[in-house]
Amino acid sequence: MPLLKTVNLRKQFGETRACDGVNFVVNKGEFLSLVGSNGAGKTTLVNLISAHLQPDSGQILFEDRDITFTTVTDRIKAGIVRSFQIVNLFDGLSVFDNVALSIFSRDGKAVQMAALADHDYEVRREAIEVLGEFGLTNKIEVPAGGLAQGERKLLDVAVAYALRPRLLFLDEPTSGVSTHEKAQIMDTVSSVVRRGMVTAVVIEHDMDVVFHYSDRIVMMHEGSFLADGTPDEIRANKDVASILLGAPLAS
Amino acid sequence: MKPDPNAPRDRSLPRLAAAMAPVLLLLILLPTFVETYQIQLVTYGLIAAIAALGFNLLLGYTGLLSFGHSAYFGLGAYTVAFLVQRLGPHSMEFYILIGIPVVAIASALFGYVCVRHTRIFFGILTLAISQVVYSLALKLYWVTGGSDGLRVPRPALLLGLLNFSGPRGFQQFITSYYYYVLAIFVVCVVLMWVVVHSPFGKALQAIRDNEVRARFLGLRIRRFRWISFLVSGTFTGLAGILWVPLNGLTTPEVLYWTFSGEIVFSALLGGFRNFTGPIVGGIVFTYLKTYAVATTEYWQLLLGVVLVTLVLVLPTGIVGGLSTLGLRLRKGRS
Repeated sequence: MPLLKTVNLRKQFGETRACDGVNFVVNKGEFLSLVGSNGAGKTTLVNLISAHLQPDSGQILFEDRDITFTTVTDRIKAGIVRSFQIVNLFDGLSVFDNVALSIFSRDGKAVQMAALADHDYEVRREAIEVLGEFGLTNKIEVPAGGLAQGERKLLDVAVAYALRPRLLFLDEPTSGVSTHEKAQIMDTVSSVVRRGMVTAVVIEHDMDVVFHYSDRIVMMHEGSFLADGTPDEIRANKDVASILLGAPLAS
Repeated sequence: MKPDPNAPRDRSLPRLAAAMAPVLLLLILLPTFVETYQIQLVTYGLIAAIAALGFNLLLGYTGLLSFGHSAYFGLGAYTVAFLVQRLGPHSMEFYILIGIPVVAIASALFGYVCVRHTRIFFGILTLAISQVVYSLALKLYWVTGGSDGLRVPRPALLLGLLNFSGPRGFQQFITSYYYYVLAIFVVCVVLMWVVVHSPFGKALQAIRDNEVRARFLGLRIRRFRWISFLVSGTFTGLAGILWVPLNGLTTPEVLYWTFSGEIVFSALLGGFRNFTGPIVGGIVFTYLKTYAVATTEYWQLLLGVVLVTLVLVLPTGIVGGLSTLGLRLRKGRS
């Protein structure tokens, strides 16, 4: 059974069809990469599925339930969580607090006003555990604003992961870091996600990374799907090759 | 990695207690070695500190600059004045008991409107609402006394245990009331400290730092801002309640926008990114204004110069500046 399905999803910005009748299927447990040149509509698709944007038409089904018109909060409760292309952290808060806040929010504890956040040992233990999985244990007390770019990217994923999603969207988790760090980040992210049995959809530009880590690859071009298959199938696909060669990928 | 001096670092309860103990001891012993006038000034300072502390939950922790906190301070003051005029008991506890729900309800209502917007729009809304309240106080003179205001005699403290009529009433009142305000001040500081270190307080700071991400953690942003507004307004309102018996009179001046400006000034002066900033700011501002008014006719000019200097030289306020200095000294030694 597919975990998520979109039916004829459309979103237009002026004359630009960012999502042009997309039928997107994500299966349970897979690590899926969403690729395509800049402006192909990848981020728009994620924005629509995470309720950051409303579609013009079409349907979004999560476990066969229509969630097209539910709110951000509803979708997070259902287990659809995302990270952002540009790192989005709470820079004034410590690394620990960034992750702890996810847990507080998930457990409905963020409204507690008469309890000290640091004295909730259950949350504390879990936050430290999550940070450990992402290799950030020795940065716990550092303000998020003081981390290096690679660590920020990891923390960004950790904050999303701490919500214990069932379907996790990662919008370019390795953008803006060195090639060497890219592999490190992807190793960490993919192993955490697979261990936690979280279904993940990753937007990524670096085709080496994509081929290496994905179970399945979906390629978008001008608002619709151009190809869909295993890394080997995509590698053999002529259309993909011509687009990749015809429009050299940035970053 | 350079530690960020603006990050909230005072973490544990024992540390708060350890930091507060000497200051508290000094404040408790104060009446034994200063004259009545000074005690009165410190009392005003503590009240201003409570007002600024409440205000700063919005500015420092939620990232919303209210330019209308005079409304809550003034409503607190006028509530007490109305109670004195209409109802019998001249008891401070009675005023507080009725006053707090009144300012809380007003903050909830006005806040509900204001938190629909952020940044400058939020500021303008808070300002507009406070100016409406101000004009009402001015125009409905048969209820509010207009620009003459309403007189508030010295109330009895501790359920009538302490009364202050008689020849030495004033001095006795000042000293007793000082301790009374000091006790409430300590409770307010502890309460606010818990609030900003609670999961709720962390959520406010997260919303301040990054609204979009906070929304994608599943936090209902507007509700958090609203509750923050409610708590903030209530603290400032309580300050108004405590202020009026000391002042003996409330006039529309405490509802006017310049008074909101003084609260903003206090928070900036002390440093709005530090928990203790607005407390220090409230007390220092009280002294600054008192002496500026006593020294020169152009006291506003003097305060203006201080404000400009502050923004240019000490953008993180007194407490922010001191903690940066402390950090530097510690680093220089090691």
